[in-house]
Amino acid sequence: MSAPLTFDDPRVKRVTREMKLYDRRPDALIQILHIVQEIFGYLPEMVLRLVAKELRVPASRVYGVSTFYHYFSLKARGDHQCLVCMGTACYVKGAGKILDQLQKAFGVRPGEVTPDGKLGLAQARCLGACGLAPAVVYDEEILARVDPAKIAATVQEKLRGS
Amino acid sequence: MGQKRRIVVCAGAGCFSCNSAETLSTLQRLVKERGVETQVDIVPAGCMGACQRGPLVQLPNDDILLQGVGPQEAAAVLDQVLGGPAAPAELKLYSAREPDAPDAHFFQKQQKIVLENCGRINPESLDEYIAVGGYQALHRMLSEMTREAVVAEIKKSGLRGRGGAGYPTGLKWETVAKMVNEQKYVICNADEGDPGAFMDRSVLEGDPHRVLEGMAIAGYAVGANKGFVYVRAEYPLAIKRLELAIKGARREGLLGREIFRTSFSFDVEIRIGAGAFVCGEETALIASIEGRRGQPRPRPPYPAESGLWGKPTLINNVETFANIAPILTKGGEWFSAIGTPKNAGTKVFALAGKIRNTGLIEVPMGITLREIIFDIGGGIPGGRRFKAVQTGGPSGGCIPEAHLDTHVDYESLQTLGSIMGSGGFIVMDDTSCMVDVARFFMEFCMDESCGKCVPCRVGTKHMHDLLAKICAGHATMGDLALLEELAPMVKATSLCGLGMTAPNPLISTLRYFRDEYAAHIRDRRCPAGVCSMDAVEALR
Repeated sequence: MSAPLTFDDPRVKRVTREMKLYDRRPDALIQILHIVQEIFGYLPEMVLRLVAKELRVPASRVYGVSTFYHYFSLKARGDHQCLVCMGTACYVKGAGKILDQLQKAFGVRPGEVTPDGKLGLAQARCLGACGLAPAVVYDEEILARVDPAKIAATVQEKLRGS
Repeated sequence: MGQKRRIVVCAGAGCFSCNSAETLSTLQRLVKERGVETQVDIVPAGCMGACQRGPLVQLPNDDILLQGVGPQEAAAVLDQVLGGPAAPAELKLYSAREPDAPDAHFFQKQQKIVLENCGRINPESLDEYIAVGGYQALHRMLSEMTREAVVAEIKKSGLRGRGGAGYPTGLKWETVAKMVNEQKYVICNADEGDPGAFMDRSVLEGDPHRVLEGMAIAGYAVGANKGFVYVRAEYPLAIKRLELAIKGARREGLLGREIFRTSFSFDVEIRIGAGAFVCGEETALIASIEGRRGQPRPRPPYPAESGLWGKPTLINNVETFANIAPILTKGGEWFSAIGTPKNAGTKVFALAGKIRNTGLIEVPMGITLREIIFDIGGGIPGGRRFKAVQTGGPSGGCIPEAHLDTHVDYESLQTLGSIMGSGGFIVMDDTSCMVDVARFFMEFCMDESCGKCVPCRVGTKHMHDLLAKICAGHATMGDLALLEELAPMVKATSLCGLGMTAPNPLISTLRYFRDEYAAHIRDRRCPAGVCSMDAVEALR
């Protein structure tokens, strides 16, 4: 595990700076959480407490907002992220099977990370790329018209290559 | 030497992921290497529609559309434009000069208003938007028209909200305009939570200034000086292009203080959503912009009276705003003549699923489902049989073959137990199980329920469990009766649109595909072969 976060951490300082840009307005909470997640890859508890204090909103509200929206995660993401689109177009073209295959191959469920922290599996509501269905996003790369039988091998290969 | 010739490369999300960026850079490099910069311009543009055939490239004069143009094909494309031999025939998707080509229907039956600039201009260039007449409507309105006249023009056009419900836009504007308050807001709903819909995404990516212009016009008409675009976090390219557009418009004085040196000021900010389908509900969206959990509240008061921070607020969808500038330029009467008497104008649909041509289309209202699926969409691939088309996302319904000749408008779709929704259009063939599809949508609604009201929170969960039981082959006819009792109850008693429409896919599949439910329950068999009952049986 990595060392606990401190206020001296440059990433924490960056969050503080961003909050100043928003004049520490309570209504900027969601925008700030986006920035935190972009910097850390998830929402660390220590930073959430800091955000609550700076924006002068109760910690319960910060927690409530963080857990309400699907885009935010309170758990650290894996080094690599595999996002399976579960939109309707992808679903009718076999996205469910793709998810099954990945779950079986890596032993993780959507929203979880492999024990070695290498791969996180997640599902998206819809990527809006329905012409490419079924679609999977590996890190930033969109894999279009994925074959359920081959996806596990493809991801394995990408993990080995990185 | 005549005019410079433009080669337009699609840089919409679909083509982008087929690596159109590399096609673009290769073409740009070749132009430099051959020293023909003065003759040819290579321009990136928004979505051209035929997403499955990407990367798409449009040749000068909009004459010819090429498909599958990778970096290897770039040289041949450039040769053709410079007067050399024609590019390989298999690249050609469509030519305006060949109306009998097999793929010509995809283009002929379409009519583009919202998407007229999409795929033609560089969305990152304000100059190109102005060159095709952009911001002229705003200018003319500010210099010649009163606020009342603008609202009257929108009313005359007959435009109805493209977010799904189809509420008359002019009426909505009038309500907000009549409110007396020193502060009002305009919100553009670009959350587009419907799975299987990507119209708003494509408009924002392909023509962001059109949306901003529409918002500014709305701001003038209703008396607001501040606008917000609430856009999905999953659309990074749309966010980036929108940010660029806002910056560019501010720099040229088209947004901000005293636009065109009039007393009208209007500025726009972006708010990024965080993934909650319920934020399509306007009161929930407002809560989210205020930095809270996106939970709806009972209406009235409507946002038009008390919206963002308690001020009068106008909320319209991306496609609605994209219709505004052309209406003001060409007049409300011109717009109302398109489509049908009660459903004016065009509608953008996202065609997807088991259909040959997936992609983005814009058609006049009143076209039939059959024309969309078979003429424009090219029918079902792989020799399969059409089974149903799902419109309106999780709040919509499945329409069977018997109703394919229905005209597409708000009322007709509602009669069939579906809705227009924001415009998702998912085609299913005989390999799709309708019970499984109903379960899929119910699972979605269950996950997305905000949890505030009991009918939706508990009802969707209960209905989902019953549907899962049917799919697993454990259900009795009593379970089916319970579902039929629950569905109308959740519909009638939920607080907001999510719960009120969540049972729609269930009700419509029960109405048209009851025999499939019966097969699952009585024979423990899935006719489409989707539900794996044996595997579940073994687990018990």
